[in-house]
Amino acid sequence: MIRRVSEFFVGLVFGFGLLLSGMTDPAKVISFLDVTGVWDPSLAFVMGGAVVISFIAFRLSRNWKASLMGRVIILSDLKTIDVKLILGSALFGIGWGLSGFCPGPAIVSLATGEFKSIIFMIAMIAGMGCESLYQRYRQT
Amino acid sequence: MTIDWIQFSPVTAFSGGLLIGLAAAAFILFHGRIMGVSSILGGLLRAAKGDRGWRVSFLGGLIAAPLFAKLTGLAPAVRIEQSFLGLILAGLLVGFGTSLGNGCTSGHGVCGIARLSPRSIVATLTFMAFGMLTVWFMHRVQAGP
Repeated sequence: MIRRVSEFFVGLVFGFGLLLSGMTDPAKVISFLDVTGVWDPSLAFVMGGAVVISFIAFRLSRNWKASLMGRVIILSDLKTIDVKLILGSALFGIGWGLSGFCPGPAIVSLATGEFKSIIFMIAMIAGMGCESLYQRYRQT
Repeated sequence: MTIDWIQFSPVTAFSGGLLIGLAAAAFILFHGRIMGVSSILGGLLRAAKGDRGWRVSFLGGLIAAPLFAKLTGLAPAVRIEQSFLGLILAGLLVGFGTSLGNGCTSGHGVCGIARLSPRSIVATLTFMAFGMLTVWFMHRVQAGP
């Protein structure tokens, strides 16, 4: 139970961070990506702030056997830079540029009551489902 | 290149970034997990029963954030200029792409870069570059020939 409450709070703090930073405003995201137009570089500072803090946390916990709450630490050990990674990231970038939404802010904006963000969310989950089906199809 | 000084908000952006970093730090230190939204959400569609609880509570907090923010009077704008069709196409691309590339702005862009993972650095550079190209192309099409 305490774990569930704690995870909820992490999500809440993350959501506050996204709201405060401006990441949940698609028009601001698009003007951040608009480097050849009238550029708003603000969102680069978001990544700066976020990376500094999490860098310290990852360094600190590098050799830990378990987390502070005694849970197994699950990290990706993938190393290869392959077509999947590049193609996937490129497609994501196109969708991000078209809409100004990436997954976190899209979820946060659901409760702002914008009908358009609900539409985006449904399409995003459908996209994830398509990818799962595609991987299953490739394996057979 | 022209800087948009009117919209420029480095202080709130950086403070928001610190909160995001704090959340990512708490997730790894206390729960031993990477705070990557696309993987957490995508996993919900595929994961085994015992692996769902933590995903649901984290995403619940994320959804609840704007409701709490409204109470404190902090209600930032959500300006969505894209058409419905454009948003459907964009959503499909974001869902498919983050799933294929194993991550998005939080997983690769924050946690992966903080871990100095070469995969995440390549992924972040790729989605940033394609995001910029897409916006450039969109604005050219809108401006007409």
